[in-house]
Amino acid sequence: MKQFLAAVALATLAWSSAQAGDISGAGATFPYPIYAKWADAYKQKTGIGLNYQSIGSGGGIKQIKAKTVTFGASDMPLKPEDLEKSGLLQFPMIMGGVVPVVNLEGIKPGELTLDGATLAAIFMGEITSWDDAKIKALNPNVNLPSKAVAVVHRSDGSGTSFLFTDYLSKTSPEWKDKVGANSSVEWPVGLGAKGNEGVAGQTTQTDGAIGYVEYAYAKQNKMTYTKMVNTDGKVVEPKTAAFQAAAAGVDWAKSPGYYVILTNQPGAESWPITGASFILIYKQPDDPEAVKTALEFFDWAYQDGDKMAEDLDYVPIPDKLVGLVKTTWKSSVVDGSGKAIY
Amino acid sequence: MTQIAMKDTAVLGTFAVHGRRQRLQDQLFRAATLFFALLVLALLGGVILALIVGAWPALGTFGFGFLYTQVWNPVTEKFGGLAPIYGTIVTSALAMLFGVPVSFGIAMFITELCPRWLKRPLGIAIELLAGIPSIIYGIWGLFVLAPFLQHTVQPFLIGTLGNLPLLGKLFAGPPYGIGIFTAAIILGIMVLPFITSITRDVFETVPPMLKESAYGLGATTWEVVWKVVLPYCRVGVIGAVMLGLGRALGETMAVTFVIGNAHRITSSILAPGTTISAVIANEFTEAVGDLYTSSLIALGLILFVITFIILALAKLMLMRMQRQAGR
Repeated sequence: MKQFLAAVALATLAWSSAQAGDISGAGATFPYPIYAKWADAYKQKTGIGLNYQSIGSGGGIKQIKAKTVTFGASDMPLKPEDLEKSGLLQFPMIMGGVVPVVNLEGIKPGELTLDGATLAAIFMGEITSWDDAKIKALNPNVNLPSKAVAVVHRSDGSGTSFLFTDYLSKTSPEWKDKVGANSSVEWPVGLGAKGNEGVAGQTTQTDGAIGYVEYAYAKQNKMTYTKMVNTDGKVVEPKTAAFQAAAAGVDWAKSPGYYVILTNQPGAESWPITGASFILIYKQPDDPEAVKTALEFFDWAYQDGDKMAEDLDYVPIPDKLVGLVKTTWKSSVVDGSGKAIY
Repeated sequence: MTQIAMKDTAVLGTFAVHGRRQRLQDQLFRAATLFFALLVLALLGGVILALIVGAWPALGTFGFGFLYTQVWNPVTEKFGGLAPIYGTIVTSALAMLFGVPVSFGIAMFITELCPRWLKRPLGIAIELLAGIPSIIYGIWGLFVLAPFLQHTVQPFLIGTLGNLPLLGKLFAGPPYGIGIFTAAIILGIMVLPFITSITRDVFETVPPMLKESAYGLGATTWEVVWKVVLPYCRVGVIGAVMLGLGRALGETMAVTFVIGNAHRITSSILAPGTTISAVIANEFTEAVGDLYTSSLIALGLILFVITFIILALAKLMLMRMQRQAGR
C-alpha cells in the first residue's frame, strides 16, 4: 500500500512538472517505482525530467509503435522478428523476480519449498489440499495442515503473470499444453485479484491461500514467501544474488534483440522465476535529439543507479551486459544521415 | 384624435423594433439549444459507431458464438463473452434484490414515519453515501466486508441454505469471502443512495390530501404507502430503480475488487465470477493482440446493448402501467 501511495504521489509530481525537453516514455508498471526514483535524482543533477506513464507493457508497446513517446517499456520482450518489422531496438534495463507467497498458519517465510511441477499442479487445481503427497515429499520436516488450497492469481494482464506462467510452461508440459504463457491466461482455478497489492491482500486474508507477487512486494510487506527448487535441483531463497545468478548464465551476445526470458535458467544459485524489464526505442528515430537525451539518462542509470535500485529491491543489470547494450546503442541507433546518435 | 393616433404608431414602432430584436434572440437561442441537443445525439452515435468498428474483428471471427461461449483464452486467442455477461446480469439483479426494498423502506420511513429532528441528518447521510468514490467501496469491500462474510455470513449460508435440495446449489462451495454474492452486496449498498433520494423526493410530491383521506378512511400506514403513495409515484419510482440498475450494470472499480475475477460460470453465488466492466478494466491495458482488444470492445458494445434493452423494457412497462391506470 505504501509503495502504491508513493507511486501515486510521484505520478502526480511527475505530471505537474512535465515540460518540453523532458524525456517521454510509457509502459510497464513493474519498473515504475525505480524509473521514478532515477528520474528524480537525474532531474536534480541535470535538470532534465522524465515523464513516464506507467500504463502497462501492452500500452507501452502500442504507444512506441504510434510514436507518441520516445521510449516504450515492456516486461515481456518483443520477439526479434517483431523488432525487425517495426524498426525497434530492445534492451534490458532492470531485473526483478517473482516469488510464490502463501498463507498457512504456523509456516514462516522461507520455510516451505516448492518446485515447478508442484506449483503447476497447484495452479491447475490438481493439488487441492496442503497435505498432498507431492508437497509433503518436498517438505519432509514441515508440519503441513490438511487445509484446502485457495489459489490467487492476477486478474489484470501483467508482466508478473507472464514470468510466472512462462516458468510453469517450462516446468510442466501439461501447463504448457492447457494454459500456456502470457500476461493474462485462462486460469483453470482460483480467485483473480488486481495488482500486486490485490494478490497480497487476498493471500493474507484467505486461510490456505497461495499467490505470486514481485519479490520487492513480498519483501517489503514481509509476506510468507516459499523457496524453490531450481533447474539444477538446488533449493534457493529469493534474494538479489539469486536473481543475478539467473542473468549471469545467459549468453546475451548470442541473443538477437536481447530476447531472453530469464525463467528456469541453469546455475546452482539461480532463482527460477526471474525476469528483466525492457526498453524499446526506434533504431532510426524521427527525433534523434530526444532519443539521445533518453540514452544519456539510461547510461547514467546503468552507471549510478544500482544503489537506488537495490534500495527498492530491484536487481541491477550485470556490468558485462551493460557494456554489451552500450555497444548495441553505438552500432544500431542512427539519425537520418546514418550517423550514430550515442 | 390625430395626436392619439400618432402616439399609437410611435408605441407600435418601438414594439416592432423590440419585437424584431426579440425574434433574433429567440432564433439564436433556438439554434444554440438545437446544436447542444444534436451534439448529444452525435456523441451517442459516435460512441456506438466506434464500439461497432472496434468490435468488428471479434464479432466477425466468433460470430454469435461470442454471446454464448464461455472460453476466454488470451493465449490461443479464443474469446467468448458468456461469463462476464452472466456475471453482469446476476450481480445487478441481486443488487436490486438487496437494494430496492431497503431503499423503499428508508424513503417511506423518512417521508411517513420519521420524527422531524431525524429527517435532516438521515437525508444528509444518504447523500454523503452517494458521494463516496467507488474505489473506496472496493477497498472497504475487500478489507472489511469480505473477511466478515468469509468468517461469519458465508459459512452460515453454506451450513444452512447450502443443505437444501436444488436451492443448495446456489450456496455451495468454500467461503472465499469474495465472489458474486459480495459484489452484489457492495452494488446494493452503492445504488441505495440513488434510489432512496429519488424515491423520497417523489414520495413527498404526493398531495397530503390524498394520504389524509386514506388515513381518514381508517387505512394503516402500510396501506397508505402501498395503495396511495406508490401508485401515485410509479413513474418516479421506476425511474429511480432504473437509475440504480444503470449504475449497478456499469460499476467497475468496486466490483473488480470483490468479485474474484474468474472467467467462469458457477451455479453457486458464493463463487468468484466476473462482469463486463471488470474484465475491461482488468485486461485492457495489457491486451496486446488485435483480436483480444477487439473482444474487450465487443464486451463493451454488449454492455451498451444490455443497458439499452433494460431502458426500453422500463419504458414499455411504464406505458403499460399508464394504460392500465387510465382504464
